[in-house]
Amino acid sequence: MNDGRRHLLGMSDVDDTDIERILETAAGFEDVVVRDVKKVPTLRGRTVVNLFYESSTRTSSSFELAAKRLSADVVSVKAAGSSVDKGESLKDTVRTLNAYKPNIIVIRHPQIGAAHLTAKWSDAHVVNAGDGKHQHPTQSLLDLYTIKKRLGRLKDVKVAIVGDVLHSRVARSNIEGFQMMGLDVTLVGPPALIPPGIEEATGVKVSDDPESMSEADVIYVLRMQHERMEPGQNFVPTLREYARTWGVNSRRVKPGQVVMHPGPMNRGVEIAPDVADSGVSLVEDQVEAGLIVRMAVLYDLMNRPSIGTVIDFRERTGEWGAA
Amino acid sequence: MTRLEMIPADKATVVITGARLLDPVEGLDVTAELLIVDGVVAQIGDSVERPEGARIVDGSRCTVLPGLVDPHVHLRVPGQEYKEDCATGSASGAAGGYTTILSMPNTAPTIDTGTTLEAALDRAREMAVIQTGFLAAVSTDRAGESLTEMRDLAARGAAGFTDDGSPIASARLMRRALQYARPLDLPIALHEEEPTLTKGGHMHEGAISAKLGLGAWPGIAETLMVARDIRLAEQEDARIHLQHISIRESIEEIAKGRERGVRVSSEASPHHLVLTDASVRTLSGNFKMNPPLASDDDRQALIDGLRDGIIDCIATDHAPHAVHEKEVPFEAAAFGVTGLETALPVLIQELVEPGHVPLATILRAMTEGPCNAFDLERPALRVGAPANLAIWDLEQTWKVGDKPFKSKSANSCFIGRKVKGRCLLTISGGQLSHDEMDAKGLGVVA
Repeated sequence: MNDGRRHLLGMSDVDDTDIERILETAAGFEDVVVRDVKKVPTLRGRTVVNLFYESSTRTSSSFELAAKRLSADVVSVKAAGSSVDKGESLKDTVRTLNAYKPNIIVIRHPQIGAAHLTAKWSDAHVVNAGDGKHQHPTQSLLDLYTIKKRLGRLKDVKVAIVGDVLHSRVARSNIEGFQMMGLDVTLVGPPALIPPGIEEATGVKVSDDPESMSEADVIYVLRMQHERMEPGQNFVPTLREYARTWGVNSRRVKPGQVVMHPGPMNRGVEIAPDVADSGVSLVEDQVEAGLIVRMAVLYDLMNRPSIGTVIDFRERTGEWGAA
Repeated sequence: MTRLEMIPADKATVVITGARLLDPVEGLDVTAELLIVDGVVAQIGDSVERPEGARIVDGSRCTVLPGLVDPHVHLRVPGQEYKEDCATGSASGAAGGYTTILSMPNTAPTIDTGTTLEAALDRAREMAVIQTGFLAAVSTDRAGESLTEMRDLAARGAAGFTDDGSPIASARLMRRALQYARPLDLPIALHEEEPTLTKGGHMHEGAISAKLGLGAWPGIAETLMVARDIRLAEQEDARIHLQHISIRESIEEIAKGRERGVRVSSEASPHHLVLTDASVRTLSGNFKMNPPLASDDDRQALIDGLRDGIIDCIATDHAPHAVHEKEVPFEAAAFGVTGLETALPVLIQELVEPGHVPLATILRAMTEGPCNAFDLERPALRVGAPANLAIWDLEQTWKVGDKPFKSKSANSCFIGRKVKGRCLLTISGGQLSHDEMDAKGLGVVA
C-alpha cells in the first residue's frame, strides 16, 4: 500500500527527529520572509492545491503564502462557491483536482479522516490542515516553534492546555507533539469538555481545577467551539460561568508565564482582552511562525524523500484500513 | 410457527456421501450418508438408498451442519433495493450456510402495516432462495409515538416486532407495546440505546475516541435501556429479545433478569465478538456500526456470555450499504456492516480455533437459540426433518474479499482477514440454494 509518498496527516506521522528538522528548516526561512524579495525558488514548477471545506483565516492564508514564498503554483479551492455546493462528493472533488497532477494537496475539512481519504484518492503528498476534531499537525509544529523561540527550549516545559479539549484538533495534535518533544502536558477544563479516556490514551494529566494553571510555563488557551456543540449538550451552564471559572485573565496569569491561543479568539470567554493584547500573549508570534513552519513542511515533503523518517501514516502505524 | 417464504422450486433429491454429520443439538456427530427426498431428510445411515436421478454429492473431508438461522438481517426490502434485495440477500445467507433469516422493518416505507408486510413477504416468495421472514415495526414509521396494528401484523405473518435501528425512547410506549404483544406471544426485539446519550456519536466512548476526536457514546447508553426493558418485561410478563448486545454491564443485567425468570433472549454479532473500537483507528467506514465496536473488556464479556448461555443467539445484523454511503469520512458514513457470508468462518477462526468457545456452543447459538427466541422450526439433521442444511469444508482457510460477495454490497468489516471454514453447498427447504462444491479441498486459499 505504501507507494513512497509522504504525507503529514497527523502528528503520529512524525517523530522527534522529523520535528527538529522541520523547526530548523523553518528557522532558516526567518530571513526570507522579512527581506525585500520574499521568495525562494525551492518549489518552482511545483503545484500546491489548497482545498478548504471550512472557514479559515490563518491557516488558509499562511499555506497559500507559504507556497507562494517557495515559488510554487498555487490553486486555492474553497468549498463555498465550488461544486461542493452542488453536492459533489469529497472523492469526486479530490479526483478532479488530482487530474491537474498537483505535487501537494493541503486539505481542511470538518470531518475526521478527510485528509486520509484525500491521500488515498490522490497521487499527491497530502498535508492535513485540520480534519474535524481530529488533527491539525502544522498548528502543533508552529506552536512548538513559538515555544522554543520564546523559552529557548522544549524539554520539560510545563504546558497547561485549557478549555474545550473535547472539540479541539489543536489539543489532540499538541498533546502528541508536545509529548514527543518532552514537554509536560496538563489538560485543564470543565469535566464535560475533557474527553473521557484521554489520560489512558495519552498519559497526560487532567484537572478540573483552574488553579492548576498556575504551575505551567505556558498557558495554552483553546477556543470554545460553539459551532461544534449541539444544543442541549450543557457542557457548561453558561459562557459567563465558564469565563469566570476557566477564562484566562490578567489575574490568572502569573509572572513569567506566557499565553498562547490558536485563534480565532472569543475575547471575554476563554481569554480576556487584557491578556490577549498584553506582552505575555504569543498569539502574533504563533501567526508569524505559522508561515515559516508551513514553508518548512512543504519544503520537507518535496525535498527530503530519503532523510529522516518517511512521513506516512500508513507505514508508521500499519493501520491503514482496507476500505 | 412463523410464516417464512421462499421460491417454491423443485425439491432436489440428493445423496451426500462420506461426510461428517454434525448437529450438537441433536447429539449427532457421525460419518454417514444422508438422503434428501422431497425436501425432507429421508435417511441417515452407513449406506442410504440412491433413488434414480438423485444427485450424489461426494462429502468426503466435509462436514454437514444444520442450516444456520439469523434473526437479524436487513434485506432492505421494501424500498432500498439499491443496497440489497430478497434475491441477493438470501443468496448471501445461503453462501454463509444460512437456511433461515429474519429481516428487519427499518425500510422505506417502514414495514408497519399489514399491506406492506404482505408485499415484503410476497417479494421473498418470488425471490428468496432460503426461508425468509420479516419482523414488523413496533411503532408507526418507527417514530416511537403510536403502536402499529400488531394483531393484524401478527395474523399476516410477522415474526415479531422491532423498531430496530432506533430505540423505543418512551418507557410508556415500551410498556404499552409489551402489554399489547403479550397475548400474541411474539417477541419484541429491542435495539437498546438511550438516545440522549448517543446523540452525535459515531463510536464507543473511550481512549480511542478521545484520541481520534470522534463523537462517542458511553456503554451505559445500552445498559440503561437493557435494565429498563428487562424490568418492564418482567412487570408485564412479556417476551423480549435484546439485539446486538455489546457491553459487559448489559450482559450482567441480562443474567440477573434470567435469574428472576424474565423471558429475555439476547444476541451478539460476530463483529462485536471479534473486534473492538481499536479498529476505528483506521477511520474506515467499514468499522462504523450501531451499536459501535466497544472495548476489549466488553468483547471478553460477550465471549463469556456466549459460552455461559447468557447470550443465546448469534446474529449478524447484516446491514448492506452502497459504496458511496461508506466511502466517505467516518462521520458521514452510514452505520452497519454486512455479515452473512463471513459469520461462521470468522467465528471458527477467531473463537473456536484459539479455544475460546466450542464449535457446538456457536452452532447452538446459530440454530437453537434464534429458533427458540422467535418460534422458528429448528434446522436439524434428523430423519423426517425438513432438509435445511449445508455442506462445509471446515478445514479450508480463505481471505475475506478474495471471492466476490453474493450480497449486493461489500461493506464487510472483515475484508482482508483470514477466516476458516467454507460453505460449499446449502439446501434450504429441500431446495439447492448455494453450490460451490468445486471449491472443496482447496486447503489454505488465503
